[in-house]
Amino acid sequence: MNSGAKRWLLAAIAVAVLISAFSAHFNRYYLGIAIDVGINIILAVSLNLINGHTGQFSLGHAGFMAVGGYSAAKLTLTLQSLVPPWAQPLLFIAALLVGGAMAAVAGLAVGVPTLRLRGDYLAIVTLGFGEIIRVIFQTSETFGAATGLTGIPRWTSFGWAWSGAALCVFVITSLVNSTYGRGFLAVHDDEVAAGASGINPVRYKVTAFVIGAFFAGIAGGIYAHHKSFLSPTGFDFMKSIDIVVMVILGGMGRTVGVIIAAVLLTVLPEFLRGFADYRMILYSLLIVILMLARPQGLFTFGNTNRNAKA
Amino acid sequence: MTEFLQQLINGLALGAIYALIALGYTMVYGVLRFINFAHGDVFMLGAFAGYFLSPLVNRVLPAQSYAGGIIVLVLAMAICAALGMLIEILAYRPLRNRPKLTVLITAIGVSLFIEYTCQHRAVFGAAPRNFPDLIPANNWHLGGVVLSSNQVIVFVTTLLLLAALRFIVQRTKVGTAMRAVAFNEQAAALMGVNINSIISFTFGLGSALAAAGGILFAMNYASIDPLMGVQTGLKAFVAAVFGGIGNLPGAALGGVIMGVVETFAGGIPGLSNYRDGIAFAILIGVLIFRPAGLLGKVQTEKV
Repeated sequence: MNSGAKRWLLAAIAVAVLISAFSAHFNRYYLGIAIDVGINIILAVSLNLINGHTGQFSLGHAGFMAVGGYSAAKLTLTLQSLVPPWAQPLLFIAALLVGGAMAAVAGLAVGVPTLRLRGDYLAIVTLGFGEIIRVIFQTSETFGAATGLTGIPRWTSFGWAWSGAALCVFVITSLVNSTYGRGFLAVHDDEVAAGASGINPVRYKVTAFVIGAFFAGIAGGIYAHHKSFLSPTGFDFMKSIDIVVMVILGGMGRTVGVIIAAVLLTVLPEFLRGFADYRMILYSLLIVILMLARPQGLFTFGNTNRNAKA
Repeated sequence: MTEFLQQLINGLALGAIYALIALGYTMVYGVLRFINFAHGDVFMLGAFAGYFLSPLVNRVLPAQSYAGGIIVLVLAMAICAALGMLIEILAYRPLRNRPKLTVLITAIGVSLFIEYTCQHRAVFGAAPRNFPDLIPANNWHLGGVVLSSNQVIVFVTTLLLLAALRFIVQRTKVGTAMRAVAFNEQAAALMGVNINSIISFTFGLGSALAAAGGILFAMNYASIDPLMGVQTGLKAFVAAVFGGIGNLPGAALGGVIMGVVETFAGGIPGLSNYRDGIAFAILIGVLIFRPAGLLGKVQTEKV
């Protein structure tokens, strides 16, 4: 089964790169949206590990994305001129990994002290951390303060974004389906029972936060090299909510549903541009109606028992 | 020294407003055990209610009179109390027995809905507006310290409202029922307490206090906009957690401390940029070292 999943991963990356090779023929606007979709898949699937599979509640995913994006962008901006053109992809990969690693460190810093908290307290603290991260970037001169970073090279192509998405889905799915990964589900279902069965809930929760933050950081790096500028306002509370809504719409812990939701919620607003005034009102109304009518997510069918507790 | 006193007065005025909002968070948490994210927006609606009521009241009473100011305040409180109850009935009541996170997300959705609806140009529009002077503007100089009539009103109103709240919660029948529901909802229901009406009342009471906070805030800072409740609401919530969520004196104390700390931090040159981050730093510190808050009781978890 595992080798099958690997084959799928390689196939997905190959297709992404292949499509990317012909990207010059596509409409640039649609291509941009397609890249956004890839980035949002990474964000939603990585948050799904924390909120869905492990049953925690993080409202600060945009903060991790910001850490990754700013770190990656700063690294490229500093080293860009020193690197020969042929090595640019290597620098890009290095920047993404550094961004992911920095975000993972931030995830560890958030995770370790706060995971004694549960439910809405945890939600508020992660929200607070996300805001603090934003305030730090907004005041730090090194990172361009309120104006942000500009002139980041546009290295992100369709292939990069979707390869990243494929890799993220592959790693997280494999992890959750592995023997070790069953622990995440156990912590989600019943922390006390999991602890009594010899599973260390704190360790699993911190692991979920670190891995989730790592991929959010990668997504931030890809985003930075896609938009070519970064500003602190792009990583506010609203961005975190967007990602949370994708996870909820897809159904907590349902990877396929979450991917569909990420695609829908990225593409749909673009079609609603004509109703810009009402777009966000409809969006917030959608959240409320969804919670009243289908709290288990739109794409969850059959056994909803597992999600009853989520 | 004078500068210290001046900052202290400014901080206390801000803290009193935070306290009024924090009380609403803590009361709702007491009866329903969830964070009413839309509370900050009720605060904003209170300020806007005052903005639109003031010209109407001025047709009857002279502008900038204390009587007119009081009427505007009371009417705005009544309107927001009704709005708070409406939000509870429409959005939260159907979710009464659902998982907490479902309710939390609904609350975020309600909050966003209010914010975006109010930002629409057919409603309030996104641009900030100038809040009218409700009462005669005066500045009293005590030594080097300046005390404005608006600040005095903030202190007086807050103290009166806190006293009224204490009376309602401790001495009246409905207050007793509120405390009973907060203590044990099922037992209270078995004793004949109408849970739905008590929860409605709690929302109304909290929203009225938030509306008062909104008007006092607008009088002091003169500018209102549809997003004014976001940061203020979050900080007031932090104040409620700081004091021990579910604990009324704790929320008031937490609000005052939060206002003073924020004002002093804003006065320190290197720290002033981080003003908005300070509230959250305090919150995280509190939750890590004393999760029950300053005055809250530590609860052990039953398995």
